[in-house]
Amino acid sequence: MKAILKTENVDKFFYQPVEFQVLKNIEFEVKKGELLSMIGKSGSGKSTLLYILSTMDTDYKGKLFIDNQLVTGLSKDELADLRNEKIGFVFQFHYLLAEFSCLQNVMIPALKLGKLPKKEIEERAYQKLEILGLQDQALKPASKLSGGQQQRVAIARALINDPLIIMGDEPTGNLDSKNTDIVFDIFQDLTRNYGQTIIAVTHDDDFAKKSDRIIEMKDGQILK
Amino acid sequence: MNINNTIAKTYIFSNKKLTGVAVLGVLLGMSVYIFMNSLLVGFDKSSNESIFRNTSHIRVYKDDEISKVLPKNSPEDFIIINPKVVPNNTTIINPKMILEVILRQKEVIVATPQVNTSVFYNNGKSQISGLSVGIKPDEANLMYNIKSFMVDGNFDLLKSTPSGIIIGSGISAKMNLAIGDNINLTSSKGINRNFKVVGIFKTNNSAIDKTKSYINLAASQQLLKEGNSYITDINVNVNDPELAEQVATKLTQITGYKAEGWKQANETVMATNKMRKMIITFVSLTILLVAGFGIYNILNMTVSQKINDIAILKAMGFKGKDVIKIFVTQAISIGVMGVIGGVMMATILITILKKVYLGGDIGYFPIDYEPQKFLQGVVIGLIITFFAGYIPAKKAANVDPVDILRK
Repeated sequence: MKAILKTENVDKFFYQPVEFQVLKNIEFEVKKGELLSMIGKSGSGKSTLLYILSTMDTDYKGKLFIDNQLVTGLSKDELADLRNEKIGFVFQFHYLLAEFSCLQNVMIPALKLGKLPKKEIEERAYQKLEILGLQDQALKPASKLSGGQQQRVAIARALINDPLIIMGDEPTGNLDSKNTDIVFDIFQDLTRNYGQTIIAVTHDDDFAKKSDRIIEMKDGQILK
Repeated sequence: MNINNTIAKTYIFSNKKLTGVAVLGVLLGMSVYIFMNSLLVGFDKSSNESIFRNTSHIRVYKDDEISKVLPKNSPEDFIIINPKVVPNNTTIINPKMILEVILRQKEVIVATPQVNTSVFYNNGKSQISGLSVGIKPDEANLMYNIKSFMVDGNFDLLKSTPSGIIIGSGISAKMNLAIGDNINLTSSKGINRNFKVVGIFKTNNSAIDKTKSYINLAASQQLLKEGNSYITDINVNVNDPELAEQVATKLTQITGYKAEGWKQANETVMATNKMRKMIITFVSLTILLVAGFGIYNILNMTVSQKINDIAILKAMGFKGKDVIKIFVTQAISIGVMGVIGGVMMATILITILKKVYLGGDIGYFPIDYEPQKFLQGVVIGLIITFFAGYIPAKKAANVDPVDILRK
């Protein structure tokens, strides 16, 4: 299996209120088709690491490769294009645009990418919603759905551009156990059957245990 | 439609009330701006019009040069006892040649000689003092458009009647004179002459209507006991009244006589106009600016409300300039709606006010559709809208998604 994402000697410092090293010499790889969980106590640096991997946080030392391309040092606009095409996001909160329908929410990243005509994007969005069992809700406003459904719409949105990696920051953090199971099953299904790579930061030990690989972090370092 | 525009459109229509208020602000600011500036142009036009009924753009005349007092100890000093300062002759020498020279200038449309005489109008026992203006009828009409304010008689009759006179309506009322009646004029040189009333004019400026009359140039020369080369003034109209001052300077240099532009001759009126212009410009710009603040406020609020949306959009690959486009598009849309409404509103206001009769010197309310002011308003309105949107948009573009999403 080839590595999709790789870090070399990543260090990060916080300067407020006092200088503090959050990440120390992080080196690891993510392979294609992996469901990877990052766990650790709060303050261990796992979220900070995820945001560096996501390319949104550019203030670090060391090197980050995505798809064998050195990403460190690219301009903000180049990184935005890269995220648009190669990374899907699922957060603890769904962050759907309340005024838009579920279908439109799913379509937005693809419309931004602009590689396909609108008609095709719409079809693809329907397909993604179908994978997540939401085809009936497609035309409802995003704000009218339940929390679990909203999170699933957010996952469909993360999938729309067939990203290289999906990154999740506590993707089940706001969900009850039933919805957590649903989301996990979806993640597992995506990795097993569609070869999707997923990195998720989580507090949920059950979630972590079921995943393919666990990275545990402590005091800014990877334990195993 | 581009995704940025789709998002902008959705934001605009999802909060109709806020958008409506912002649009209304621009609409009012816009209409008041256009309206007040059109009014300003109207005021200036009407004030100029009333000036140009009695004043030409440029007046060329022999300035009073006071003779110099003899210097002390000069050889002549002892000959003259009790010397007086005597004004020189006020005639223009060789007026025909001067006229030709003036007419050769490309800016000049009309140039006509004129002789002003202080006279007494006598009819029976009543007597009024006033000013009789000796003119060449055709040229003078070209210059002052006298026919436009004639109320009785026929201006053209002045040409064929050497002793004809056109009097102001005030004189006609006071002396009970109608067309065809005779009137006697006494000049400052003591000459008496009878004239026949061929026309009556009314400028709505009562001071002029009560004192002024037009007679033939030759008649006024006779009243002054002068020959037909006696010309005190040459009046000149140019194609652009705004440039009268420059042309006047040029004419002074060419002819050697004093040439005075109308603005110089009407300094008080000009100062009033200037003051009015400053006040109206200031007030109307302020109103437009306030409308801009309205947009700024509402967009600032939207940016704060939608900060999560902005963060996730940026996470999903929207660039800073995309975010700017989204919010500037909103501002410009509000601006365009407001501007269109404002233009319509201003048109309605002007249409109504045009029909209001004020009377006096002014007549109907002096306002008209001024395309230039409409255009100016639209451009300034859109510029203000753009910046009112750009500042909050810039703020939105600088949102760091990590700060928002990590909460």
